[in-house]
Amino acid sequence: MKILVPVKRVVDYNVKVRVKADGSGVETANVKMSMNPFDEIAVEEAVRLKEKGVAEEVVVVSMGVSQCQETIRTALAMGGDRGILVETDDELEPLAVAKMLKGLAEKESPDMVILGKQAIDDDANQTGQMFAALMGWGQGTFASEVDIQDGSIQVTREIDGGAETVKLKLPAVVTTDLRLNEPRYAKLPNIMKAKKKQLDTLSPADLGVDTTPRLKTVKVAEPPKRQGGIKVADVAELVDKLKNEAKVI
Amino acid sequence: MHPKPDQYQELRDALRDLCKHYPDAYFRGIDAEGTYPEAFIDSLTEAGWLAAMIPQEYGGSGLGLTEASVIMEEVNRNGGNAGACHGQMYNMGTLLRHGSEAQKQAYLPRIASGELRLQSMAVTEPTTGTDTTKLRTTAVRKGDRYVINGQKVWISRVQHSDMMILLARTTPLADVQRRSDGMSVFLVDLHEAMGNGLSAQPIRNMVNHETNELFFDDLEIPEDNLIGEEGRGFKYILDGLNAERTLIAAECIGDAWWFLNKVVDYTSERTVFDRPIAQNQGVQFPIARSYVNTEAANLMRFRACELYDRNEHCGAEANMAKLLAADTSWEAANVCLQYHGGFGFAHEYDVERKFRETRLYQVAPVSTNLVLSYVAEHVLGLPRSF
Ligand SMILES: Cc1cc2nc3c(=O)[nH]c(=O)nc-3n(C[C@H](O)[C@H](O)[C@H](O)COP(=O)(O)OP(=O)(O)OC[C@H]3O[C@@H](n4cnc5c(N)ncnc54)[C@H](O)[C@@H]3O)c2cc1C
Ligand SMILES: Cc1cc2nc3c(=O)[nH]c(=O)nc-3n(C[C@H](O)[C@H](O)[C@H](O)COP(=O)(O)OP(=O)(O)OC[C@H]3O[C@@H](n4cnc5c(N)ncnc54)[C@H](O)[C@@H]3O)c2cc1C
Repeated sequence: MKILVPVKRVVDYNVKVRVKADGSGVETANVKMSMNPFDEIAVEEAVRLKEKGVAEEVVVVSMGVSQCQETIRTALAMGGDRGILVETDDELEPLAVAKMLKGLAEKESPDMVILGKQAIDDDANQTGQMFAALMGWGQGTFASEVDIQDGSIQVTREIDGGAETVKLKLPAVVTTDLRLNEPRYAKLPNIMKAKKKQLDTLSPADLGVDTTPRLKTVKVAEPPKRQGGIKVADVAELVDKLKNEAKVI
Repeated sequence: MHPKPDQYQELRDALRDLCKHYPDAYFRGIDAEGTYPEAFIDSLTEAGWLAAMIPQEYGGSGLGLTEASVIMEEVNRNGGNAGACHGQMYNMGTLLRHGSEAQKQAYLPRIASGELRLQSMAVTEPTTGTDTTKLRTTAVRKGDRYVINGQKVWISRVQHSDMMILLARTTPLADVQRRSDGMSVFLVDLHEAMGNGLSAQPIRNMVNHETNELFFDDLEIPEDNLIGEEGRGFKYILDGLNAERTLIAAECIGDAWWFLNKVVDYTSERTVFDRPIAQNQGVQFPIARSYVNTEAANLMRFRACELYDRNEHCGAEANMAKLLAADTSWEAANVCLQYHGGFGFAHEYDVERKFRETRLYQVAPVSTNLVLSYVAEHVLGLPRSF
């Protein structure tokens, strides 16, 4: 089978993000960027399926600025076979990404698309679901276990209150949760090999997708600074304060 | 977090991913127990990092000294100590540049895979020290073998190596025209040699550095293990030293980044007199100066790498990089310790451990004075002092 793995370039999870002075977004100039951690899990799962002989080809795709090539190369160093970048400087919303994925899926005809359940920058948690709807494919979101069977796939999902197991017909969409696997670190010889792997570049227009944003960001602001806490003498005082001062109960 | 992203970011990121599995507590534990970081070195080996400079036809990645130096830098920047493994990166250079094709075929692929560890190089002797050409260990030809007698000191990683590079005198000093003639380089199979003419005595020391005194008592080694021509060994060793010095400069730069990141974080958080101590210029300025010196030393390190990778003379730059980087890491160590106040002395902050580790590079593998003497006499043409 062929697996398509979309990966997103995001601000590295170690970076303390700062809001831009004009409140239009977060500062990304001179900030370290990395692959979205949930997408790393997706790449790892796809590569494991390849190593098990279940998958023949793992195609890594990304959408965004030209530096997304680095993110794709990272995935190729982990074991992806080739990459596709849909290059654009535009701000991309989940629906635009899902539409471009549809275009790519029609070109590539994968049996499975596996991607992160959300990206750690905008935390939208929408792309996988929108893409599945556009394709009319089944979806196994928040996966903590993926088991390929003959022509179908069993996905254990992390849901409120426990785990749910669903069985999907292929082709299907899987979005990854944290417990699915622990991504490997790239080895030097594989980093070297990844430099020579095929990486094609397309534009949104090639896929017939208009990426114009449909939402307008009104304001981005820092969360309020945390105030120091106080000590209460007993439960009665706590309840009183919650009721009368914080007014939360 | 420093250093700022550069064109080697891909290598840095991959190493940081690996190093994340070995947090400060791991290295602290290794230091306290006085053991060798086996698991960490195995991971580095398995991921191919220590074979970076071995050509691809022998199973390595065929990268330059520049990339190799980034690897060593990142090990130290992430809280480790490349001193435990840098020998594997550069000792093979002697074999690569001066060994026969048969020797290269026999050893390099196995060094690249990590099956063979060539982490030791035996040069220093107790009675002659820095005055290398006077070394007293001898190798005397007997049929198709050489017989080795003598003593070495501070020979690192012998307990964690399969092979060792040895410098010994094959023609007595009295019989050579130039004192640098008459020495030869041998490849010693440590498993065969131990207990058969070679014994090792570990030296307990200030840092957790696996280093030993070696005693050679009629050790016989096959003539096939001679590298290059007999009598030209000193030159071969000198060829390798520029790589060693530049890599160690990069390790010092890595240490300096570690200290600077640590002290910037700590002094920005630590509040006494009702404000972060970093708000005092008395605290800021020494940290800022240390940063300035680190950036400057780093330029000389990359300059030395660049010349080496272009096969140009880099003796002066490698020496100067080593001196500047060792000085800057020591300055950063001192600043970091100082502005941690009492806490810097507590093991759990790791500052005192890294402080001890980086101090070594004022002395080894070449001491600061000897670098200055090189610059004075070989670069500036001042009269020879020895
Ligand atoms: C932890 C550790 C690991 C080591 N690992 C290895 C190894 O793996 N292999 C190996 O071969 N060696 C190794 N060494 C040895 C190291 O290279 C030497 O310690 C170093 O070269 C200094 O030599 P020495 O100790 O004999 O000092 P000495 O030569 O006795 O010098 C002592 C001091 O006097 C100064 N000095 C000496 N002569 C002059 C002069 N003419 N002018 C001005 N100043 C001078 C030196 O700069 C130095 O500060 C290691 C050392 C240590 C501490
Ligand atoms: C081994 C050891 C034994 C000790 N024994 C004792 C003991 O028996 N009894 C005891 O009471 N204490 C003891 N101490 C504590 C010692 O006196 C303190 O560590 C020391 O006074 C520094 O205080 P601090 O560690 O809180 O550093 P901090 O006050 O946090 O200062 C950290 C650094 O910031 C600098 N700094 C702070 N404020 C300013 C400023 N406004 N301007 C410029 N620089 C500033 C300091 O000079 C220092 O370098 C001991 C410490 C050690 C390490």
